[in-house]
Amino acid sequence: MTAWLDALIQGVLLGGLYALFAAGLSLIFGVMRLVNLAHGDLIVLAAFVILVVADRLGLDPFVAVLIALPILFLVGFALQHVLLNRTLGGDLLPPLLVTFGLSIIIQNGLLQIFSADSQRLRVGAMETASIPLGGGIAVGVVPLLTLLSAIAVIVFLNLIFYRTAIGRAFRATSDDLEVAQLMGIDHRRIFAMAMGLAFVVIAIAALYLGLRANFDPSIGPARLLYAFEAVIIGGLGSFWGTLVGGIVLGLAQTIGAQIDPEWQILAGHLAFLAVLAIRPRGLFPRAQD
Amino acid sequence: MERGATGPARSFRIETAGRGARAAAACACIILPALALLPAVAGRNLIQELIFLFYMLALAQCWNLLAGYAGLISVGQQAFVGLGGYVLFALTLLGGINPLLAIPLAGLVSAMFALPTALIVFRLRGAYFAIGTWVVAEVYRLVFAQFKPLGGGTGTSLTPSITSSVPGIEWVRTLLDVRAPAARDVISYWVALALAAGTLALVYVILRSRRGLALGAIRDQEAAAAGLGVDIYRIKLAVYVATSAMTGMIGALIYLQKARISPDAAFSVLDWTAYVIFITVIGGIGTMEGPVIGAIIFYLMQRYLADFGAWYLILLGTLGILVMLSAPKGLWGLVSERFELTFFPTRRRLVAKDEDCHRA
Amino acid sequence: MALLETRKLTAFYGDFQALYGIDTIVDQGETIAIIGANGAGKSTFLKAVAGLIRGAPDGVLLDGEPIGARPASDIVKLGIVLVPEGRRLFPSLTVEENLKIGGYGRKMHGPWTLERVYALFPLLKERRSSATPTLSGGQQQMAAIGRALMSNPRVLLCDEISLGLAPIIIADVYAALPRIKAEGTSVVLVEQDIVQAMKVADRIYCFQEGRLSLTGRPEALTRDQIHRAYFGP
Repeated sequence: MTAWLDALIQGVLLGGLYALFAAGLSLIFGVMRLVNLAHGDLIVLAAFVILVVADRLGLDPFVAVLIALPILFLVGFALQHVLLNRTLGGDLLPPLLVTFGLSIIIQNGLLQIFSADSQRLRVGAMETASIPLGGGIAVGVVPLLTLLSAIAVIVFLNLIFYRTAIGRAFRATSDDLEVAQLMGIDHRRIFAMAMGLAFVVIAIAALYLGLRANFDPSIGPARLLYAFEAVIIGGLGSFWGTLVGGIVLGLAQTIGAQIDPEWQILAGHLAFLAVLAIRPRGLFPRAQD
Repeated sequence: MERGATGPARSFRIETAGRGARAAAACACIILPALALLPAVAGRNLIQELIFLFYMLALAQCWNLLAGYAGLISVGQQAFVGLGGYVLFALTLLGGINPLLAIPLAGLVSAMFALPTALIVFRLRGAYFAIGTWVVAEVYRLVFAQFKPLGGGTGTSLTPSITSSVPGIEWVRTLLDVRAPAARDVISYWVALALAAGTLALVYVILRSRRGLALGAIRDQEAAAAGLGVDIYRIKLAVYVATSAMTGMIGALIYLQKARISPDAAFSVLDWTAYVIFITVIGGIGTMEGPVIGAIIFYLMQRYLADFGAWYLILLGTLGILVMLSAPKGLWGLVSERFELTFFPTRRRLVAKDEDCHRA
Repeated sequence: MALLETRKLTAFYGDFQALYGIDTIVDQGETIAIIGANGAGKSTFLKAVAGLIRGAPDGVLLDGEPIGARPASDIVKLGIVLVPEGRRLFPSLTVEENLKIGGYGRKMHGPWTLERVYALFPLLKERRSSATPTLSGGQQQMAAIGRALMSNPRVLLCDEISLGLAPIIIADVYAALPRIKAEGTSVVLVEQDIVQAMKVADRIYCFQEGRLSLTGRPEALTRDQIHRAYFGP
């Protein structure tokens, strides 16, 4: 019985990590209708950036990520401005294939630089610290922080999108690109800003990816799939929906693992396919898309 | 369009072959038999490399039909390569069926799996469809990794009794005076050649049919095609199932030749999707000639550059991006626009009879 | 010097030519009406001026400066704003947010503020937090005009603002025009309704199949002249 309760709690906490993965993807798709096949690899790239900053400057990862944030914002801005803006324009194929190519380049570039060794972001005692809830169940500090950060990120994104001028610009551009231009919005700059913002979210996701588990250059694609599944389960167009989607996915995985540890990932995929079959628009879809 | 003035009555006819096509047809009549007779003079290495070229070409033609014509950009076709391979292994190892017979059966099973897969995955559009197909491929991989009779996560090999039961080995041994493994490669070569030629022929026939005209319309302007009454959903479904069946057969051949299978290899995104996409994009998506060019280029790159490991893959990725951004119609697109060439005539041209004008 | 001028303006949709060399002039404070049959190129003309269709740099001149090749977002900053055909409000934004975003690109201090726009269109103030798809056609048109005014434009381009509206609503919408003109804004309107156009315009241009077929002051033009210019010989 406690094993199942534990699986539930771990599932919710894991969902926080998946929600972080998904939030960046959802943001980019929401604003510019771009699905970035390199998303997972960018999270891994960000994790390596944090690792390097932490190692070189002898810093705690939480501090290192603060330093990495502006760097990664600029990287995202530049990536969109220089490369990805050229792929947007109605045709489906270019953004898909360019980001796919990017995915391969990033994976192999990281492999060249860092080798295939597993890495980890170290925080000393916090890694194994946990808060006991009684009855033999404990909640890990890092997983809890992950979930809380996911909630904070989503609150932050909603604030930007719904309470600021640039958020209005994001939503307007997403609604109607042509008319947004008639408002004086330079859509290429807006897209670059959105990508920069997405990279900030990616950086935070990368922090918790690296804290919770080992990472290496090859794990990107799997993270993309989880991010994508969380977005679809939650429903396109809603950040809170993405949190729910992440949690549903996390629960599916931990419950599957409870039945048989080898079934963890498969259970997640099957849950996704089930949602797709039964409620193709997700659990909390927005009106228009 | 006429403004009252009447001109001479014109008759029109629809033409598909141009001068390039006639030359190509003539070449095919020479090339195909030449390739078939090649094992008489070629060494084993060349035979193995050509097997690779042929099945990559066949996979690329399938992906091109799916993505370039039907607009279904899938990054999950490795699902059917692996499925085909595993079905072959299951039928031969567990079912005692002859390996060559298992190949078309693998195609059939792939079609059976493709149908329910499509019904679910077709609920997604565009890039989300692409990732959805990837998820499905992952599901296939994970399921087969659990299937202990075929080795689970580590995979399994074909037994010598099976590899030697491929029909024709003895005949080839005596004819060409080679050892059994080389003879098996020659048989695989002929099957691969047949599959490549067959795939080309099948794609060609589809594109020249009425369905093909519809596909061309979907490729060019989907919304307009729908407005004209083209049943987009059914055609896409048919193309998805058909290409998955072909892909399954190719997968069966690949793993018959390799004689060893594992989930990670059989369902590899890199080998069966990334490389295939690269071939199609570099060569020219949405044309039949493109994948042929792309396959040859890729084969050469694999041959001379694959040793560079990660750098080679970075190069492939970069090239793919550059081509996509600066020459989206691929190398063949550049050539054919410049010289107005077509080797596989699938476009219809309206020819007015009383004037000497042709408009492509 | 005219405020806005087009010289031999051409416009293409891909290979299709929609405008064949249009010469127009808009002086400071004028209201110009553009009439013509469907497909004559009226909307295309506005889009070309607004920068949604790019052409030769000196096809469009603002204060004598060539702007014909500049993108739409730049042109807004220069003070030329288009109220697009069909209203095209942003469905993800409330009425008030739609108004606010009108001022995003061009942050000019001028007569038009949120409060002044609400004063011009009181109905909008009541519905300020509503989602725009729930507004009636007339309210949407007012919101679209208000949105454009928020950038304090020098030239307001209006594309078929009476389209799909009942006559009494059209009158309400057009009632706002004098107040807009009073602030010194120049207005170019494309209008299917010839009578309405003649009532508000200082000068008229008539388009026919991508070319100018007639121009003049409303009082100086006869019905026959307009009929011929509109429908062709």
